[in-house]
Amino acid sequence: MTPAKEFLENLKRTPQNLRESMLRNGKAPESDRERSQSTFHNFFLHLQSVRVHRHSLRFGYTFGLGLILTASFVVLTFTGILLMVYYKPGAELAYDSVKDIHFVVPAGRFIRNIHRWAAHLMVLAVFLHMARVFYTGSYKRPREFNWVVGLGLLVFTLGLSFTGYLLPWDQLAYWAITIGANIANSPREVTDAIGITVWFDPGRFQKQLLLGANYVGQEALIRFYVLHVAVLPLALTALMGVHFWRVRKDGGLSRDESLPAPPARIGDADVAVFAPNKTYGLMAVVRGRTPEVDRAPEGTVASWPNLMWAEMAAFLFTIAVTLVLGYFFDAPLKEMANPAIPENPAKAPWYFLGLQELVSYSAFMGGVGIPTIVLVGLGLIPYLDRDPRGVGVWFGGPAGRRTFWQSLAYGLLSVLALLVFTVNFGWLRAWFPAIPQIAIIVVNPATVIVALYAAWSLWVLRRTASIRLSAVALFTCFLAGFIVLTAMGSIFRGPNWHFYWWPSQWPTH
Amino acid sequence: MPDNPKRRDLLGLAALWSAVAAMGTALAGVMRLPKPAVLPGPLRIYKLGDPAQFAVGSATRMEAGGFYLFRGEEGFHAISSTCTHLGCVVALNEGEGFACPCHGSRFRTDGSVSAGPAPAALPWLEIALSPDGQLQVNAETQVPKGTRFRV
Repeated sequence: MTPAKEFLENLKRTPQNLRESMLRNGKAPESDRERSQSTFHNFFLHLQSVRVHRHSLRFGYTFGLGLILTASFVVLTFTGILLMVYYKPGAELAYDSVKDIHFVVPAGRFIRNIHRWAAHLMVLAVFLHMARVFYTGSYKRPREFNWVVGLGLLVFTLGLSFTGYLLPWDQLAYWAITIGANIANSPREVTDAIGITVWFDPGRFQKQLLLGANYVGQEALIRFYVLHVAVLPLALTALMGVHFWRVRKDGGLSRDESLPAPPARIGDADVAVFAPNKTYGLMAVVRGRTPEVDRAPEGTVASWPNLMWAEMAAFLFTIAVTLVLGYFFDAPLKEMANPAIPENPAKAPWYFLGLQELVSYSAFMGGVGIPTIVLVGLGLIPYLDRDPRGVGVWFGGPAGRRTFWQSLAYGLLSVLALLVFTVNFGWLRAWFPAIPQIAIIVVNPATVIVALYAAWSLWVLRRTASIRLSAVALFTCFLAGFIVLTAMGSIFRGPNWHFYWWPSQWPTH
Repeated sequence: MPDNPKRRDLLGLAALWSAVAAMGTALAGVMRLPKPAVLPGPLRIYKLGDPAQFAVGSATRMEAGGFYLFRGEEGFHAISSTCTHLGCVVALNEGEGFACPCHGSRFRTDGSVSAGPAPAALPWLEIALSPDGQLQVNAETQVPKGTRFRV
């Protein structure tokens, strides 16, 4: 072959060779071995395990919530970068640039709407995901630490939502930053009450760090912008990587080992003839109770294509939901920030309204104290409940199911009773005008409800002698409290945070 | 002479911890950046013009300054309208006192807390007469409740 001919021949084959060199495993897999290779020969696919247990693919077990979370984060990153093209993080410019995105930029309104709805979906899914993991006992050994990582992801998700709705610099944004910075300042309520603020003032330090100034303005906006577009997404991405990695290293999704595997799906015929080759054998040797250790691929199917189908379904669902919502419903944009007058009532987005109801009892307890107690309590669950039974079983069985319903009733009734009492009779300050603030910080509706829930959980512990059931009781109570307080803040609070049965009863002026 | 593994361990550990200490110090130095050395902000002293324009018995909302100016028989006083709870702006309702729109704190007309989560009374602000004869409120400086300013 002459050099010229060889050159032409190579040129002709370049597309095919490029494709093969790029994909490493270019053709559609036909055997189980090739399916495994399709997964681990590809940088993006090798994040997944080669084989996946059939239980992990059951929709009724996970509801695809982790995948929906991942998908909404991808949607948010994509639309967020697009929004950054036009958004200007300046106190004088931000509001107008968001108006431009809404009215002028091609598809800008649609993309901003999608970004907003995907954020709502992500917050909703992160709560549901946590509840799913909790009620199926999936935090138990060896998955304890991944539960803690998940709590970090919850905090970062809420942080991203909070910093995100500040950026339009409308009335919601301005007053949310003001309130947020003052919640960071609220340890002062305690240091003032015990008279040590002169020597020890963590509140002021935190507020300064957030605002960068003595007032809410440009310095604060740029700080929240940096948090929203760089610090928190990077932290979230890193933690997500750890979360996924631990899911695999801890043996895949939790499952009830006593149940028979559900019916076979695509690629199942190969299971019988599948013989792990060297590469797969090496990949299967991992610490802990993995599906592979001494049980080989029993009950598992190839990730390609089974897991890929599930992932595609979750991504399509997320994209479809956000597209439809984004098409029909606009993301809110209030009037331009006005430092002189807040809206009345000034309400946060739904996921913070429970918190807003709590801070309406005590800034420190509602904004710092109880969230810290809840987070620490959640983080301790897997280290206190070491009973290995009931992993992968909803509520851990009939006893847990009973405890769940009882605790739900108790949690709902006690928080409702307390709210009815507070709305009708007020609280300590109304009865004893001269009462010291420290008494209100310690005894207010928020701390009373936490104490009632803790008492119930301890009673369940005493009665059943099961830490798991007591954890179910406490988690369910807090879930009930969260739902009721969120509803209270969203629906039943009107101007001046007064109680109203319905927004149509709000005074017009 | 036999090798002394313990000494080698010590040297190795010393090197490791020196490196950690150096990195930690460097990090601490760099992370000072977000803590502002200067806190920028507007000067919060407001000139309100001729004292005579405020009628006796009047209460005037000063939006820019964030306070209410009252004129009574005994003289002027100014009460901050920034809620002591979480910094929203309270509104004065005639005869009822101040109400906060964000978390429902209530204050009496003299600024003291009557209900809600506010931990402290609304502060009274310092009033003076500027050299050009204008009423001047310093929103940075508090005065004890009941302090009136007579022109």
